[in-house]
Amino acid sequence: MASIITVSGLTKSYASGHVALKHVDLEIEEGEIFALLGPNGAGKTTMISIICGNVNLSGGTVTVAGHDIVHDYRGSRSAIGLVPQELFTDAFERVIDTVTFSRGLFGKPRNDAFIEKVLRDLSLWDKRHSKILELSGGMKRRVMIAKALSHEPRVLFLDEPTAGVDVELRRDMWQLVRELRETGVTIILTTHYIEEAEEMADRVGVINKGELILVEEKTALMKKLGKKTLTIVLADPLDTVPAELAGWDVTLKADGQEIEYIFDTQAERTGVSSLLRTLGDLGIAYKDLNTQQSSLEDIFVSLVHREKAA
Amino acid sequence: MSGLNLHAIKSIYFFELNRFRRTLLTGLMVPVITTSLYFVVFGGAIGSRMTQIDGIPYAAFIVPGMIMLAMFTESIFNASFGIYMPKFTGTIYELLSAPVSAVETVIAYVGAAATKSLIVGFIIFATAHLFVDVQVAHPLAMVAFMVLIAISFCLFGFILGIWAQSFEQLQVIPLLVIMPMTFLGGAFYSIHMLAEPWRTITLFNPIVYLISGFRWTFFGRGDVGIEFSLLFIAGMLTICLGIIGWMFRTGYRLKK
Repeated sequence: MASIITVSGLTKSYASGHVALKHVDLEIEEGEIFALLGPNGAGKTTMISIICGNVNLSGGTVTVAGHDIVHDYRGSRSAIGLVPQELFTDAFERVIDTVTFSRGLFGKPRNDAFIEKVLRDLSLWDKRHSKILELSGGMKRRVMIAKALSHEPRVLFLDEPTAGVDVELRRDMWQLVRELRETGVTIILTTHYIEEAEEMADRVGVINKGELILVEEKTALMKKLGKKTLTIVLADPLDTVPAELAGWDVTLKADGQEIEYIFDTQAERTGVSSLLRTLGDLGIAYKDLNTQQSSLEDIFVSLVHREKAA
Repeated sequence: MSGLNLHAIKSIYFFELNRFRRTLLTGLMVPVITTSLYFVVFGGAIGSRMTQIDGIPYAAFIVPGMIMLAMFTESIFNASFGIYMPKFTGTIYELLSAPVSAVETVIAYVGAAATKSLIVGFIIFATAHLFVDVQVAHPLAMVAFMVLIAISFCLFGFILGIWAQSFEQLQVIPLLVIMPMTFLGGAFYSIHMLAEPWRTITLFNPIVYLISGFRWTFFGRGDVGIEFSLLFIAGMLTICLGIIGWMFRTGYRLKK
């Protein structure tokens, strides 16, 4: 699939000396849902803000739909809809007016039928004549999404779409994002909820301290997720793995005190019972068994910690 | 998209005018009442003792000064508020992420603020006619002068709105600088009435040139030559446009 956003060597440093982004390279494919994951202050919002035009870049280049964000900002910004993290609204404006305003601001001629469709899709049509200040937080978030979609963007940025949102609204939001993707819009969302990335994303990028430390297909990550580790605590330590266990993916850990076996929970045969049987046949006694599933959270935490240690 | 983003200019312009419309009644009542009060106080009380200045009845003499005073403050308040509010509420994110150039942004915001300021100027002009017979020697020049003043002071207000980081900063310049300079700049008297050295000192007040120029469009004469007034407006326009250009290029207090 073709790239719709290309980020090359993107750097952002502030006058204070703080470096918010360090030489980030990233390709976003058209039509995908990409989740940018990272702890608070990692650089997620900075990256989005640069691509959208709210923050000046210090180095590197970004193109959106083939348009450079600095030299051809009209082209790039026309292709983007942005929903920031905070609920920034004109409190005294009516819903339909603020959404119509956004369409004009992005250089599109008035199209009442399209605005009606956007408002209906977001369940805002009944509230179209309400002032924004009369709406609940969840509805305000929808108004901001409607504004971002009003000019028919090819890319939608959702910065922390479910931060501070209750569980039910979060599920609604996920459903909404999936429906948006059906319309062909590329969606980039930032989140610090692993669950959110697992639920929605096609690909996941992990950013920490301004560095993009991992970009991977979610299905590939899910395969890792699908793996379990069986730890067998032995009664007596072993020096080497017995040749009879060559058929299993086992390694010796903790100075030979433990055997670790990684297996695929999705597979027809996990090999656990046969392994235990073979151990019994070999007379290798064990005193404890423990299984552990690796999650995206584990991967995330270990990546972030590895960064911290480095 | 080529050329100007006209849809964006139109959207911002009418968004801003709508904002004014929400406070239409007070927006229109204030200039009418203020003008009437000026006539009662200055025209009635002082004018009865000081019948003429340079051969012009005092009540008529103060009309251009009143219009200028109102237009200076209206222009600065409207334009500064227009750009400061999105900064304050955070909705500026949308403007910054839109395919809108600095020129389009300025045309739209300054255009809307100047429109309101001109409306106020004409309301005062009309109200003045209820109290005094004012003849305008150069009507076209009067309208052109009002348009130029509205644009210059709205540009100045726009700069103030980008610069300001609090409501207090937003008000400090119009209330503590422009208003006193206007009163001391001959809005309600001719600087020829001042004794030296005050007369010479007053000539360093740039507002003198604006009020004098506007008074020229009414009565065919002012405290200083009309050419100085026009030069001053041209200078002010150039400096304001230069500063705004720099602000947008660097993203000063707009972008991080």
